[in-house]
Amino acid sequence: MSTPPRPIASIRDRLCNAPAGPSRFLWGATGRVCLGELPGGTSLGERAAELAGKSVLVVTDDQLAAALALIELDGIARRLIVCTPDLSSAHLPAIVARADIDAIVSDRDRSADGVAVPLHVLCHGTSIPGTPGRQLRHPAAEARLPTEWVLLTSGTSGAAKMLVHNFATLTAAICTAPANRPTNSNAQGADVVWGTFYDIRRYGGLQIFFRAILGRGSFVIAGAGEPIGDYLVRLGTHGATHVSGTPSHWRRALMSPEARAIAPRYIRLSGEIADQGILNALKSFYPQASVAHAFASTEAGVGFEVDDGLEGFPARMVGAPGDVRIKVADGSLRIRSARNAVRYVGEDASTFTDDEGFVDTGDMVERRGDRYYFLGRRNGIINVGGLKVYPEEVEATINRHPAVRMSRVKSTRSSITGSLVVADVVLTRESDRSGACDEIVDFKREILQICHESLPPHKIPATIRFVPALEMAAAGKLARHA
Amino acid sequence: MSVRTAVISEIQQIAGHSRKDLAPLNDDLVLLDSGLDSLAIAILVARLEETLGFDPFTESDDVAYPVTLGDFIRFYEHAAETHRVDSRQAL
Repeated sequence: MSTPPRPIASIRDRLCNAPAGPSRFLWGATGRVCLGELPGGTSLGERAAELAGKSVLVVTDDQLAAALALIELDGIARRLIVCTPDLSSAHLPAIVARADIDAIVSDRDRSADGVAVPLHVLCHGTSIPGTPGRQLRHPAAEARLPTEWVLLTSGTSGAAKMLVHNFATLTAAICTAPANRPTNSNAQGADVVWGTFYDIRRYGGLQIFFRAILGRGSFVIAGAGEPIGDYLVRLGTHGATHVSGTPSHWRRALMSPEARAIAPRYIRLSGEIADQGILNALKSFYPQASVAHAFASTEAGVGFEVDDGLEGFPARMVGAPGDVRIKVADGSLRIRSARNAVRYVGEDASTFTDDEGFVDTGDMVERRGDRYYFLGRRNGIINVGGLKVYPEEVEATINRHPAVRMSRVKSTRSSITGSLVVADVVLTRESDRSGACDEIVDFKREILQICHESLPPHKIPATIRFVPALEMAAAGKLARHA
Repeated sequence: MSVRTAVISEIQQIAGHSRKDLAPLNDDLVLLDSGLDSLAIAILVARLEETLGFDPFTESDDVAYPVTLGDFIRFYEHAAETHRVDSRQAL
């Protein structure tokens, strides 16, 4: 006798089967949506059915509109490509081609973006309920697909890396907690109200989105370009209990007069190194909260959470048995779990795991006593407030100045954004020899000018230092240290 | 150059470079409302370290983040005072 196939889990199924309780909401900047009403309604209008089985690019200005589209299309679309809010439309044609996209869902008309896609569907930050007796012709009842979720992270020279996840990998960190022993990060209480400074279209924010949707509480979603003070006030108004963000988000929150508007029970940091300073500052500002920092990346998924109030993580976690296996090899942190991304788009199998199935996170760690501490990224990748910077791109920009012979871009520790970009520059011999002081000041101004014209603000060097020479590694490449 | 002058002058330079309009710089001005975002404030802290030789945010694990420009300047003035005492003791 064969066992019946396991039903494919989707967000819609989970919402339909949610235990009865008080009304739950997604609170946007300009409106709210009742989660209980979502399975019967649509934010995509009458064309929702046409998206069944399609590879759908979800590219919206408004986060709530994206949230509603993702909830509605999980289990229906073949593939959902989740666009980050800062994605330049210049990258769209390449993404459309690589991910075989055949439909675009957006909250504004994208036909002028020059993207050749047969189906454009307009979505909204509101859900139109199905009227009794006239059910919306929704494919959810018939088609059930294990939808691929494609998340974008920045790669070298601005081209996005496209990582394939699915409902199982994205929710593995949430479902594994025993129901009878809820932890803060998996809180299932009906009074839980989640909030995040992250955008839900980045891995860190998407984790909070799933925790909110699969739990029993509500979720306060930031509006496009909403000032942090306004968001803090809204979090306070809706009684946010669980709030997440990067250390940089939290530092900015603490510099805001509205920081007192919230009184969370649980504070979560991820996406950057959480140093002792920000952990202490949060604990002292919000004494009632438990403060935890989590390690997660789009490739590796959620690795682990540290809740002892100290930076770094206990060495006993390395090699310990469990759902998530952690090892350290060649100084970098490696993680294997069911939360790992499946593969890159366009590849048959994962190319970012080693032969034991571990993802190399590229995060360098060092053991001191019974704890490991994060040192930074391998290959000199710089994390400025949660945004990745590849030094090569900035160096290439600086090197466009005719007086520059070569440059090295590296990271410097910042107490505000975690890291900052700084540059060491070697001038051409002629420029260096004639280098009057005024001329050097001009060079610095002109180099910054070039950077301002071609790079987003987080990639522009905070300081530029002129040096006589740069250290080279054996292979003739610039020496880059973690 | 006083700490206050150094802070104000760096703020003006950063705003000038990124072509940001600054609010009138007085002590009650909320830093994040000044026209500088947190990246610009991070750059401000890095440049001040070049000019003044210290970064008060990294001197202790127990810092209260400044909310207003006045808080920020006092934070730096206090750290400058500690540095002067330290360097006198070192002599």
